Amino acid sequence: MTNMIGKPVKRVEDKRFISGKGRYTDDIVLPGMLHAHIIRSHYAHAKILGIDTDQAEKMEGVVAIFTGKDIAEAGINGVPCGWQVDFKNGETMKEPPHPLLVAAKARYMGDAVAVVIAESKALAKDAAEMVMVDYEPLDAIVDAAMAVEDGAPLVHEDIPGNMAFDWELGDREKTNQTMAKAHHTTTLEFVNQRLIPNAIEPRCAIGDYDSTNDKYTLYTSSQNPHLIRLLMCAFVLGIPEHKVRVVSPDVGGGFGSKIFHYTEEALMTWCSKQLGKPIKWTAERSESFMTDCHGRDHVTKAQMGFDENGKIIGLRVKTFANLGAYLSTFAPCVPTYLHGTLLQGLYTTTAIHVDVTGVFTHTTPVDAYRGAGRPEATYLLERLIDKAALEMKVDPAALRFKNFIPPFDGINEPGFQTEVALQYDSGNYAPVLKRAMEMVDYEALREEQASGRNNGKLIGIGISTYIEACGIAPSAVVGSLGARAGLYESAQVRVQPTGKVSVYVGSHAHGQGHETTFAQIVADKFGIAMEDVEIVHGDSESVAFGMGTYGSRSLAVGGSAIMKGIEKVLEKGAKIAAHKLEASENDLEFAEGKWTVKGTDKSISFGDVALTAYVPHNYPEGLEPGMDFASFYDPANFTYPFGAHIAVVEVDKETGKVDLKRFIACDDVGNVINPMIVDGQIHGGVAQGIGQALFEGAIYDESGQLVNGSYMDYTMPRADDLPLFETDRTVTPCPHNPLGVKGAGEAGTIGSAPAVVNAVMDALAPFGIKDLEMPLTPEKVWNAIHNNQ
Amino acid sequence: MVSPIHLKVNGQPRSDEVEPRLLLVYYLREVLNLTGTHVGCDTSSCGACVVLVDGKAVKSCTMLAVQADGSEITTIEGLANGSELHPIQEGFKEQHGLQCGFCTPGMIMTALQLLERNPDPNEAEIREALDGNYCRCTGYHNVVKAIQYAAKKMKKEVFHD
Ligand code: FES
Ligand code: FES
Repeated sequence: MTNMIGKPVKRVEDKRFISGKGRYTDDIVLPGMLHAHIIRSHYAHAKILGIDTDQAEKMEGVVAIFTGKDIAEAGINGVPCGWQVDFKNGETMKEPPHPLLVAAKARYMGDAVAVVIAESKALAKDAAEMVMVDYEPLDAIVDAAMAVEDGAPLVHEDIPGNMAFDWELGDREKTNQTMAKAHHTTTLEFVNQRLIPNAIEPRCAIGDYDSTNDKYTLYTSSQNPHLIRLLMCAFVLGIPEHKVRVVSPDVGGGFGSKIFHYTEEALMTWCSKQLGKPIKWTAERSESFMTDCHGRDHVTKAQMGFDENGKIIGLRVKTFANLGAYLSTFAPCVPTYLHGTLLQGLYTTTAIHVDVTGVFTHTTPVDAYRGAGRPEATYLLERLIDKAALEMKVDPAALRFKNFIPPFDGINEPGFQTEVALQYDSGNYAPVLKRAMEMVDYEALREEQASGRNNGKLIGIGISTYIEACGIAPSAVVGSLGARAGLYESAQVRVQPTGKVSVYVGSHAHGQGHETTFAQIVADKFGIAMEDVEIVHGDSESVAFGMGTYGSRSLAVGGSAIMKGIEKVLEKGAKIAAHKLEASENDLEFAEGKWTVKGTDKSISFGDVALTAYVPHNYPEGLEPGMDFASFYDPANFTYPFGAHIAVVEVDKETGKVDLKRFIACDDVGNVINPMIVDGQIHGGVAQGIGQALFEGAIYDESGQLVNGSYMDYTMPRADDLPLFETDRTVTPCPHNPLGVKGAGEAGTIGSAPAVVNAVMDALAPFGIKDLEMPLTPEKVWNAIHNNQ
Repeated sequence: MVSPIHLKVNGQPRSDEVEPRLLLVYYLREVLNLTGTHVGCDTSSCGACVVLVDGKAVKSCTMLAVQADGSEITTIEGLANGSELHPIQEGFKEQHGLQCGFCTPGMIMTALQLLERNPDPNEAEIREALDGNYCRCTGYHNVVKAIQYAAKKMKKEVFHD
């Protein structure tokens, strides 16, 4: 059907989920399947002196126990890192091994020491209780800035100062000179706290070795099955790739945490071969807390310099990024190329320098979590500009308008070259903020705030504007920046003989609704019904290749790959249609699902052309039969969505509780295929950003214990913590991809946290409070009010 | 050691022998293969496992299978009437009340109890009722809308009956 693009089509995947028929990895039961329980270090740093498995091995139902020694003896490598960021002096990044099970030393609470495999989950757990691990606890270090100091405990003995890399971007000298001339300088020192992603589906992996064919299948709750296959085969287990099938069926949320190649995936695959049986491991929630990669955890000092007219002239940033105990798959690129490169923001700042030190600590590895680097950059900029507005006594919205980059569409006007390597594709920034202010009725709200203050009511209004780099990513560019993979996407458009269409995509949906959005595009372009289109994803056996879903890339990169396939189909179809209609291709037009000879009523339908392609009796000479096209799309640039968020809060002076009254989001994600799904993505992202601002944060004690590693202790937003969100959008199409789309998955998270924090700071301004660290818990806010009164 | 249990699940009588320590959620998932009921935590905090036990919404990870002996249980799989969706299921679809779908069965079963007790809840009452259910995808916005949709539809149905 034509005109499907831009419609809020209801999701085709919903039916199975609302009926309890979703198929997540843990729902899979294979004949003869065994169950694994992983024994994990409860110390953050400890020598492993010995492991006694004797008693456990004798227990009923126990099939095998493997320890770090077994893995080392089998010569299995650890899981690799996929991105290299070197030292400023050219020295190579430090990349310690990350074994599947550690043999000599545990380096964070949760590090895997041994695995018990038994006939049931309960028996495996019972037996694990009887495995005696003899630890010698050692001093631990958890804070990134402290880990680089002399005398700090070392996470890896051979890595001095716990430094993985140190990195800079921008012109240091120019920035220092510019900052020296600043009329006003605003300084902010803060921690962008560590978050725990907490997809509601715990991670799960099933290894299944088939000895008859010497083939392996891995079922895993992953955002990118093909990349897992590549990394596990080539770098960990040394199995030829064609011998391994990786399936990621329905996945219950990812938010970044399911991008990475985790040790459990390779461990289950290897164990299955040893025992000749399928083996399942499903994380318990407390395991998820300890072992799903965490996000953020930056310790930062930043300075923004203004001239006498309030124009931003310089920005200087120093960050210590906590990487945890090992380098996870994409860890090095998050605080560098996804953070430092975004520090231009929406502003015309002329000198920027950022310096980032990547640091090992005795904590869970840190990697991309929804937004990945971009929320950290946005938080830094938006807190700075708000604090500056307060110090310079100007309206925070006015200060932003003054500094916005003027509009450019990327076609008639060139893209905007930033001071930090990127070239923005297209942008028109003032309208999003204007619209958000209109939605919230900014002027009236300021008046309400003023009168409220006279009556002791603490209302706060917080603005944040943001830009992000999405549609990740042009392969050559990221390759030059250290990526060890290309970041294109693949799609295969297969028109079946009856005119039905199957599309095999390398993107992976875990809530994003690809089965609907992608089908809308195909139905629209071919003029066929949605029901006649099927989207297949998540299985390396049916989908040729893929780079998965993260970095808001599925539509911008994966959708573009589908568009290439669609074009190829239409091109070939036109040849067949011309032959059948005895007309020249140039005289044909394709609309409403048929080729018509222009100016006549002679036409042939999409379905008839498809059938002809497979029954080529009367067929153009020399043309191959069939209608099946694989395409790869490598983007020309990142895409750059942007937006403005406004939070309205009321702070209860007596309890310190922040009540989020309203939340307004006006985003520009380029063209929109399904507005219902885009709104949903914004809602979810906003909620996670609010979570960071008000509730969430991993807490480690000095010995490296994760003290809030459960849902009883780690606070995430619940339904009654949030209001209904008010959303709108402007549309500035992406100039360099065929759909003009930019990506919407992370926007909400990036914009929302600073808006909420700015609102709370605005509410607390009468007390002279300028900075508080996230999360803004009642305790923290109450203490600030009462210590400042 | 095993204990016999006799109960009704989605209208079907069942008799099984289970380990006394087996949680109801694992009985449903692993013995009966009703995998629509999910496990999201180990602290009874997430609500992904909510089912109805004798008409009451219960986190099935907080109950042993042997405690359900003699009960009538409804899971997400038993909610639709043949191919006709329950209004709450329809509400979730119509209002985009789910993304990854993992929390959804628990949300729907919780909403069912809410609407049975309070057919016309306001937004605050809906949010309060969902307090035991985590969703990490939707920000709850469209979950609230879905339940409002269902409430309206169910009222109409009652009116027509
Ligand atoms: S699994 Fe029952 S509440 Fe989380
Ligand atoms: S829809 Fe994914 S957790 Fe609720």
